[in-house]
Amino acid sequence: MQPIPQAENQVSLKEPSLGVAQFIRSITAIIWKDMAAELRSRELLSAMLVFALLVILIFNFSLELDARARATVTAGVLWVTFAFAGTLGLNRSMAMEKDRGCLDGLLLAPVDRSAIYFGKAIGNLIFMLIVEVIVLPVYSVLYSVNLFKPGLLLVILLGSIGYVAVGTLLSSMAVQTRTRDVLLPILLFPLVIPVLIAAVKGSTGFLQGVQAIDIRPWINLLIVYDVIFVAVAFMVFDYIVEE
Amino acid sequence: MEPKPRLLAILDIVTVLLLITAVVMVFLYAPLEAVMGQVQRVFYFHVANAWVGMLGFLVAAIAGVAFLRKGDHKWDVVGMAAVEISFVFFFIAIVSGSIWARGSWGTWWTWDPRLTTAAIVELVYAAYLMLRQGIEDPDRRARFGAVYAILSFISVPLTFISIRIFRTIHPVIIGSGAAGAEGSFDMTPKMLQTFMFSLLTFSFIFADLLWHRIRLGKLADKTENLRLKVIQ
Amino acid sequence: MITVRKLVKRFGLKPVLRGMDFSVESGEFVALLGPNGAGKTTFLRILASLSRPTLGIVNIAGYSLPGQAAAVRRRLGVVSHLPLLYGDLTAEENLRFYARMYNVALAEKRISEVLEVVGLSSRRRDLVRTFSRGMQQRLAIGRAVLHDPEVMLFDEPHTGLDQDACQMLDTVLREVAARGRTVVMTSHDLARVADLASRFDVLSRGVIAASIQRSQMDPNNLLAFYRQAIIEA
Repeated sequence: MQPIPQAENQVSLKEPSLGVAQFIRSITAIIWKDMAAELRSRELLSAMLVFALLVILIFNFSLELDARARATVTAGVLWVTFAFAGTLGLNRSMAMEKDRGCLDGLLLAPVDRSAIYFGKAIGNLIFMLIVEVIVLPVYSVLYSVNLFKPGLLLVILLGSIGYVAVGTLLSSMAVQTRTRDVLLPILLFPLVIPVLIAAVKGSTGFLQGVQAIDIRPWINLLIVYDVIFVAVAFMVFDYIVEE
Repeated sequence: MEPKPRLLAILDIVTVLLLITAVVMVFLYAPLEAVMGQVQRVFYFHVANAWVGMLGFLVAAIAGVAFLRKGDHKWDVVGMAAVEISFVFFFIAIVSGSIWARGSWGTWWTWDPRLTTAAIVELVYAAYLMLRQGIEDPDRRARFGAVYAILSFISVPLTFISIRIFRTIHPVIIGSGAAGAEGSFDMTPKMLQTFMFSLLTFSFIFADLLWHRIRLGKLADKTENLRLKVIQ
Repeated sequence: MITVRKLVKRFGLKPVLRGMDFSVESGEFVALLGPNGAGKTTFLRILASLSRPTLGIVNIAGYSLPGQAAAVRRRLGVVSHLPLLYGDLTAEENLRFYARMYNVALAEKRISEVLEVVGLSSRRRDLVRTFSRGMQQRLAIGRAVLHDPEVMLFDEPHTGLDQDACQMLDTVLREVAARGRTVVMTSHDLARVADLASRFDVLSRGVIAASIQRSQMDPNNLLAFYRQAIIEA
């Protein structure tokens, strides 16, 4: 075995808060890591996708819909699907850190704790968006509904952000309890109802070509929710991961 | 446990008296409402319960913030007590609301904003209690409880607003629950007095129960402390 | 380098550390011994800034915990009995991740160096979940020294390792000590630490019950010393 070499030119010890650059670097490092790990195992995405498609299938049988009824119900079906598939992703993402103690590894890094939150949250958001991007065309084809309206995509984005903002926070809590997987949906769904309502109404609005002025309140609600909860999460995350 | 403080003993008596008076007022003093008859009397309990139940939320959120900042365990006891009591209060509110709905519109449930939000709030309280149950470490339990209380406190008004907008754009078709229907009867002065009194009574009940529950919580902590001392 | 005064740690109402005093000079290698449940891991987690002290003062490299935790973390390398590695990533990807998190300069070069040191160069492109426990621990050590920290904390690092891996670990430990790094290591295994440490402290019932320099005693008597300290506490 060889002697341990000194690290050369150790990057300057920026004191004490380590700067925006490091903050961003850590966030991207975490996102990158999650993407790389997922690319290898594909566990998370495949679980979410299969689950989502199953839910859509079940809806087909449980709601006998004619073409007209389907138009009003599409947004609801989509969002229920996303909400449930989302919890799978949130759980897995955090569980990966908790096992093997990797969360400690993250906590040991010389960077603000909220970087961990943002890294995981953005990672979760990306996974959720990927699932949504795949589910939309599938639904489109299965039910002959045109889902490619830009307004709809905006609503899906805003809704997913809100969902993931609160979901990441709650999954960091849930993963530290005994009843881990079961607890997350119970904690999450009541808090995320404003998002679901606004997202469904907004989506339906865009799908049915409703006047922009009527959809406005829903978009505003989504934005307000997103902003508030991301800010609150930022403030509160420290208390969740510290001991 | 310290002996019951004087003030609490007095509060207990006052609360019981208020409750008896309130019941008497509701059944004997308040006039019989023309349309709904006896069922309408539920109203006095229902609304008071709901308003006071919301207090629990506020108390829990404030206690949550206080706990996170100060780390003093007593805030955790307060928050837990507030949620537990509000859980029961809200349950009563929902059940009485259901009776009210049956009397007014013949259905056991309406999806109007208030009742729906109440159901959601109840589920949030339940989630809070389940969260706490799943954690062994008391410090972590307190912290997570505090965080969840804060998150819920912010989320529930947003929920209420979103349901409200939801219902104005798409009026409810079930029953005759148009936005105006709930609780819309003109209150005669006697009814108003009864209602106000009822509200007062329930506030007292809440405060009284809260105080008792906090004492209970402190006793539990003390016992735990002693037990640990003995073990060592 | 490390100063701890009147450190108290309570979990809820249960006290684990009860007013502990502890200090380590730069370059010392301290073995922290003690029975199960004495609070060794708790103490190490506090030093590692993973856990907050309930009361008391903790200073590392001139920075105080918990207030200046970020500055402290930069100078810490931690090896626990969990590997803190991502199974679905390769060895080098794991190191690359941590290099980014610690902002290590000339990362690729450093990663190669470290892999060489822990003898895993040939397995750098293999997924960590295919590694044996010994190999994972080796990589974990690599992770810990990546940013060349001044202070190293080891929590029962020999747990679950076979003879070969243990010997490799010992070599690393000696190397680290030789380079003048400050080390605090908890252990059950008295025979192992007897050779490695320059000082032995015993943690019992939440305080340091006894402390002795290596120069002051015969390492063969370590067991007796330890037993004595436990009883007296």
